[in-house]
Amino acid sequence: MPYLGSEDVVKELKKALCNPHIQADRLRYRNVIQRVIRMSKLDQWGQAEVLHFLLRYQPRSEEELFDILNLLDSFLKSSSAGVVMGAAKLFLILAKKFPHVQTDVLVRVKGPLLAACSSESRELCFAALCHVRQILHSLPGHFSSQYKKFFCSYSEPHYIKLQKVEVLCELVNDENVQQVLEELRGYCTDVSADFAQAAIFAIGNIARTYTDQCVQILTELLELRQEHITTVVVQTFRDLVWLCPQCTEAVCRALPGCEEHIQDSEGKQALIWLLGVHGERIPNAPYVLEDFVENVKSETFPAVKMELLTALLRLFLSRPAECQDMLGRLLHYCIEEEKDMAVRDRGLFCYRLLLAGVDEAKRILCSPKSDPSLRLLEDQAERPVNSWAADFNTLVPVYGKARWAVISKCQGPERCGPELPNTASFATSGPLIPEEDKERGQDLPDSGALMLVPDCQLTAEYFEKTWLSLQVAHQQVLPWQGAVHPDTFQMALQVVNIQTIAMSRAGAQPWKAYLSAQDDTGCLFLTELLLEPKTSEMQVSVKQSEARTETLNSFMSVLETVIGTIGDLKS
Amino acid sequence: MISQFFILSSKGDPLIYKDFRGDSGGRDVAELFYRKLTGLPGDESPVVMVTARGGHHDGRHFIHIRHSGLYLVATTWANISPFSLLELLSRVATLLGDYCGSLCEATISRNVALVYELLDEVLDYGYVQTTATEMLRNFIQTEAVVSKPFSLFDLSSVGLFGAETQQSKVAPSSAASRPVLSSRSDQSQKNEVFLDVVERLSVLIASNGSLLKVDVQGEIRLKSFLPSGSEMRIGLTEEFCVGKSELRGYGPGIRVDEVSFHSSVQLDEFESHRILRLQPPQGELTVMRYQLSDDLPSPLPFRLFPSVQWDRGSGRLQVYLKLRCDLPPKSQALNVRLHLPLPRGVVSLSQELSSPEQKAELGEGALHWDLPRVQGGSQLSGLFQMDVPSLPGPPGHGTPTSASPLGLGPASLSFELPRHTCSGLQVRFLRLSCRPCGNTNPHKWVRHLSHSSAYVIRI
Repeated sequence: MPYLGSEDVVKELKKALCNPHIQADRLRYRNVIQRVIRMSKLDQWGQAEVLHFLLRYQPRSEEELFDILNLLDSFLKSSSAGVVMGAAKLFLILAKKFPHVQTDVLVRVKGPLLAACSSESRELCFAALCHVRQILHSLPGHFSSQYKKFFCSYSEPHYIKLQKVEVLCELVNDENVQQVLEELRGYCTDVSADFAQAAIFAIGNIARTYTDQCVQILTELLELRQEHITTVVVQTFRDLVWLCPQCTEAVCRALPGCEEHIQDSEGKQALIWLLGVHGERIPNAPYVLEDFVENVKSETFPAVKMELLTALLRLFLSRPAECQDMLGRLLHYCIEEEKDMAVRDRGLFCYRLLLAGVDEAKRILCSPKSDPSLRLLEDQAERPVNSWAADFNTLVPVYGKARWAVISKCQGPERCGPELPNTASFATSGPLIPEEDKERGQDLPDSGALMLVPDCQLTAEYFEKTWLSLQVAHQQVLPWQGAVHPDTFQMALQVVNIQTIAMSRAGAQPWKAYLSAQDDTGCLFLTELLLEPKTSEMQVSVKQSEARTETLNSFMSVLETVIGTIGDLKS
Repeated sequence: MISQFFILSSKGDPLIYKDFRGDSGGRDVAELFYRKLTGLPGDESPVVMVTARGGHHDGRHFIHIRHSGLYLVATTWANISPFSLLELLSRVATLLGDYCGSLCEATISRNVALVYELLDEVLDYGYVQTTATEMLRNFIQTEAVVSKPFSLFDLSSVGLFGAETQQSKVAPSSAASRPVLSSRSDQSQKNEVFLDVVERLSVLIASNGSLLKVDVQGEIRLKSFLPSGSEMRIGLTEEFCVGKSELRGYGPGIRVDEVSFHSSVQLDEFESHRILRLQPPQGELTVMRYQLSDDLPSPLPFRLFPSVQWDRGSGRLQVYLKLRCDLPPKSQALNVRLHLPLPRGVVSLSQELSSPEQKAELGEGALHWDLPRVQGGSQLSGLFQMDVPSLPGPPGHGTPTSASPLGLGPASLSFELPRHTCSGLQVRFLRLSCRPCGNTNPHKWVRHLSHSSAYVIRI
């Protein structure tokens, strides 16, 4: 338990907060909580700590909830960003059933967040920007009128600029699109090539909604004739044409001349793809591709050669007269001289496809040229606030959701292992009561008639055989919210000596798991868990090798506690 | 909670290393951190990093701040609040600065014992105990080793604390960089208070001269060497209004959008008389922060009038820059530097500058124009001619045009404005209501300063 101050009252409260007897008694616990909240003599670290601690408290009634919110209101005005964000997180989590309160809280946090975004400390600024992005995922218009705060200045470090560009890209709307694009366009000629490219990609993203303006800017950028710009612009065009077919005409007009300024593999692939798919609208497409065919021997990237084969074949189908000769040369080279197997196979494949007849080749190659059904910027699904409220004011937004998933996945069971049994520590923020349940769950095997053997190791084959041979002894439906974290699940089950045979990966739909356990008499319990995405329920089917109802019941209660605990921990 | 804390020099040498929880392996972590930091790909942020061993992330997070060339790093296993931790690190930096005089590699290595003592008190088992200077001074026994003796040369320089407040009395710039506790031995040390109103200005001006964005971030900073317990009253301009709608006094008033105060500030006289009351602890403290955007009462300090001649045929680029300083005639701007990115491949530069003390040079694909001192109301100009052979235009455009080539601009200015606040906020008075027991009147230094955070003019 951290230090909260020096006063005796504080010490007493500190003890009370950690005392399991008081935790068990709701009324006393509530009183303690109320007194903690009212403590005024805390410094900012103490306040942040208290706010973090309160995350574990679940108010009994709506009235109490709003009481607490009112008492804590002053923390939202604190001058310390840590306290404000801690309070905001607490509010978001406490008010998870009141979306309008959550929106209110986010409006109130806007000021402090923006102040942090322009703070002198770059690190704080970065953390704040990451949280701004997080909020924008749920409330796209939230910072739109403050878009100017996210303009980059040249002295800022690279990582902040990149975040700001991302933010700009996400808050764009009808009113500010003009200014934002003008600003982004200025970044495209930045000295740092990475930053320039990030800005171009950002314009490409905005182009999904505001196509005409963006395509015009991108076209103008081509006139710079700089390699690093041209290659990114062409890649952006490729993605854009696929998503917004209405800009095809403009893109086709801009393309001629680009080939001189593209040297890297990605850019070449994009250009060749565009020439192949939309070649009938670009007058000099065959001649550009011919240049590539001429130089194919010196081409270093196999991916470019493969792209060239497909593109030329496509163009041949729409403009046969101009392409026949060079297609022949290319196929000859790829089949006879090429050393890369993938390219050679692709060449042979094209050759055989042509042998099958032009109509057949057309049918196979001329797939749809665009897919506008893919997302537009505006109808991107808005994520509910509750989906990230628990991650607010943690490292998750700072790393980014995707990277965080990688990190926590790679951490693996050896780190999770020691943490799970002592969930009563400060690390997790689950409510208190279910944790007591959990202890009960662990005690249960000893007290009841059921005693599960710790080292029951079943092979998957044996499990499958037994599973198919047995009848379902018991079926039950348990409540379950949200997704499953297989690692946590597996660890929890191990604690009560239930072995996991197989489990779907996180996020799979429907999610399934097969479990086995053996008690001291040698009776096997085989279990299937099935989580349908639609219903918020987990279906449990248990098969038993010897039909005994009393052990089955105690097994079910063990399983129920574990599932209940994990479910509560996450929500 | 924090597992380890260490300080690295800018070259990556560990200066301070402290393990609070004993749950993570040894000193090589500091080295690991520096290796990771220097080997980071450009698009990843260095603020938080995770360690990896054998391809697996083992879940240790490095969180660091850079402060005056040093890396202050904390490691943790927990998924903690980044805001609190970053604030803690900057608070530790301030504390170290307070106790060691100033924070830099030299002072840290000279005061290693003091730093460890301080860290012991601030953090226990990775949890914050207290960061209040008042509380800590009861526990800290080690004296700071001060490096610089007082030097007359410092008199002329204009530092953040201690400036030309009055012609007769000038605080040496080293006055503020002494440790708070060095007075234990000689009590005759001056009682001094430094109060700074510092504003950072970020401005964006469009190519047609219209103002796109103005943003002022202001702070009132206090550095006190008074014995603690003395009460202080800071009077701000009475026309100081908070929010868009409030109206005070007659005339234009001084308006800011948002204000936040340090928790020790008592605001009972703020509503009526704009007086802040506080009992400052020794050391540095940010009394008040405020922001103002889009609506500046005074004219902008600088306007730039560029004209560009671009001859596509010969690749000759001529830039004429006229800089007008709109400050009141008595004020001046210092260390003005104009940074103008140029198209790629600029080779030669010839220049005609309006006064000899200016300097212009090419570097990193940009033009730097240095003006050490610009008087209010004055106008300076520079004519720059460059050759850009690598940017040949399409044939047939041989005539000079005023259209600027792509890649030119935007220009950004950096400067300092001593004795000037852009919002117009002034400190009316600084009163110490209970006279400290010391023998002399405490010295009070009040300074106003604005400097640019980003002053960008599109061309």
